[in-house]
Amino acid sequence: MKKNQPSSRRRLLQLGAALGGGLAARQESARAEESDRRLGKPLSAYGERSPFEKSGRSVRLTKTPEAGSSGTPLGDSYGILTPSALHYERHHSGVPNIDPARHRLVIHGMVERPLILTIEEIKRLPSVSRIYVVECGGNSGGEWGPKTGSDAQRSYGLASCSEWTGVPLSLLMAETGVRPGASWILAEGADACRMQRSIPLAKAIEDILLAYGQNGEPIRPEQGYPLRLIVPGWEGATHVKWLQRLKVTGQPHMTRDETARYSDLMPDGKARLFTFVMEAKSVVTFPSGGQKLNGAGLYEITGLAWSGRGRIERVEVTTDGGRSWRNAQLQEPRLRIAFTRFRLPWTWDGRQAVLASRATDESGYVQPSKQALIEVRGLNSGYHFNGIKLWKVQADGSVTNADA
Amino acid sequence: MPTHSVLFPVLLAAAGLWAQTPKYGVGRAPSPEEIRALGIIVAPDGTGLPEGSGTAIEGREVFSSRCAKCHGAKGEGGDAPALAGGQGTLNTPKPRKTVGSFWPYAPTLWDYIHRAMPFHEPGQLSHSQVYAVVAYILHLNGIAGEKQVMNAKTLPKVRMPNRNGFVADPRPDVGRIQK
Ligand code: HEC
Repeated sequence: MKKNQPSSRRRLLQLGAALGGGLAARQESARAEESDRRLGKPLSAYGERSPFEKSGRSVRLTKTPEAGSSGTPLGDSYGILTPSALHYERHHSGVPNIDPARHRLVIHGMVERPLILTIEEIKRLPSVSRIYVVECGGNSGGEWGPKTGSDAQRSYGLASCSEWTGVPLSLLMAETGVRPGASWILAEGADACRMQRSIPLAKAIEDILLAYGQNGEPIRPEQGYPLRLIVPGWEGATHVKWLQRLKVTGQPHMTRDETARYSDLMPDGKARLFTFVMEAKSVVTFPSGGQKLNGAGLYEITGLAWSGRGRIERVEVTTDGGRSWRNAQLQEPRLRIAFTRFRLPWTWDGRQAVLASRATDESGYVQPSKQALIEVRGLNSGYHFNGIKLWKVQADGSVTNADA
Repeated sequence: MPTHSVLFPVLLAAAGLWAQTPKYGVGRAPSPEEIRALGIIVAPDGTGLPEGSGTAIEGREVFSSRCAKCHGAKGEGGDAPALAGGQGTLNTPKPRKTVGSFWPYAPTLWDYIHRAMPFHEPGQLSHSQVYAVVAYILHLNGIAGEKQVMNAKTLPKVRMPNRNGFVADPRPDVGRIQK
């Protein structure tokens, strides 16, 4: 009892101080409000983000910047959708400037009724909207080597998630019909290099979308305006942008971008062809490389997981470099072939810690370690890296890639 | 693609692709001219290769004026990928993937250069210039003689060293499957 008295008196004193302080603060803020009460900006036709926000895609300037990639700043992301302006880029010959009124899609080859369609005609057809992740086959390619990416954007950022609106390709294939022996589709873009990829007709019929909408508005030029393929769960290069033709064929065309590129070289010198599916993958986006923790205490570890084979069933998180794993909470909705946001509260003791996440998808596939991938595929396969990403939290709170 | 060939007839039937009448009747039939205007598509067996021809001797000139500044005088690479060399390196710690060491089909090379190169002015080379520059790149790789004429008949017969260097996707190949 006795012991309580001084402490309750102290509490009273503290309360008084707080009240007094609060009053002063109120007066202060009232004055500030007055001086800030200038009129804001008027209405605007197309919104801009706050000038205080600077997060952007990672653009590396080369001699030929029209052929390259820029990553989504995953470390700055909330939720599961990627703003269209921050969707990753991968172009082989720049972003074409296409007038939709003049753009046409031609479907020909082994079809009963070849078709030429305007964008306006495509938009009249029954449409669907679906949330899908798109990931470049070369995402995390740098992770195969000894020096891994320093932040989430530069290591895992060639993956983005949008709501795509368009027409199921199966619907148009039913319009054209296919001839016996047809088994592949060659998709071609209207970019300068006429990017081409071969896709099995079975996939086209299963779930490919001819998309014209992204996150509620027309697809951005960098993402394929006015028309692109969305090939759910398959490597980004198959989702041909600026789509101008589909040629139905009886064989894959072995184009440069499906043989010389986007094929995975194994240690025996053989390269895997048509490695379409992007396997389950996840990355901790907070705390992640380049970020800083402000002293020991409570934090929420969060990150993104996805799989080209379907839904994410489980994400485990380690804070001790993989010695122990805990299940993270999976944020709903958990959609097939979309980003799934995971979270786990964590009390940091202020000492060095190594963080990572490990995803399991509905097929039962568990995201492997980098070492496990290298054991099977060697160091030179280049594409389709989906290994576990380790972040090191230093005692000063700074976060780096674990091998830094 | 075994799974695809198994699924294929089922899916085709399910999607009604053999149905005789179109349901929505959108669009119209393109004219042969409208299809041609989209450009040439070359299959790996050479189907689609147009008229025209060229040799490495002719190709050297085209290459040095229109390609070398990015790919190097002898296709050794620079600001752009190497196009020559690297044979025998694919199963070593430092593989060099080039046309000579890696590309499986010669007609695909004609197709790609015709569609995509030179980088800043794709589609500007004549068909014969493309045959010539293809002949030159094959020559740089020791695959064709200097005077060997490349055209729609001869190019498909060129045997690329890495023709059998590709295998099907065996994934999932790593990690545990939990169920
Ligand atoms: C301005 C620089 C530039 C010039 C000039 C140029 N290229 Fe290229 N080339 C590139 C770039 C960049 C790429 C890679 C493009 C990509 O990433 O999709 C490339 C790719 C290629 C490839 C594919 C290489 C591979 O293994 O994947 C070939 C073949 C090629 N070029 C041939 C040519 C020829 C032939 C010419 C001249 C007629 C030429 N290039 C002129 C920049 C150039």
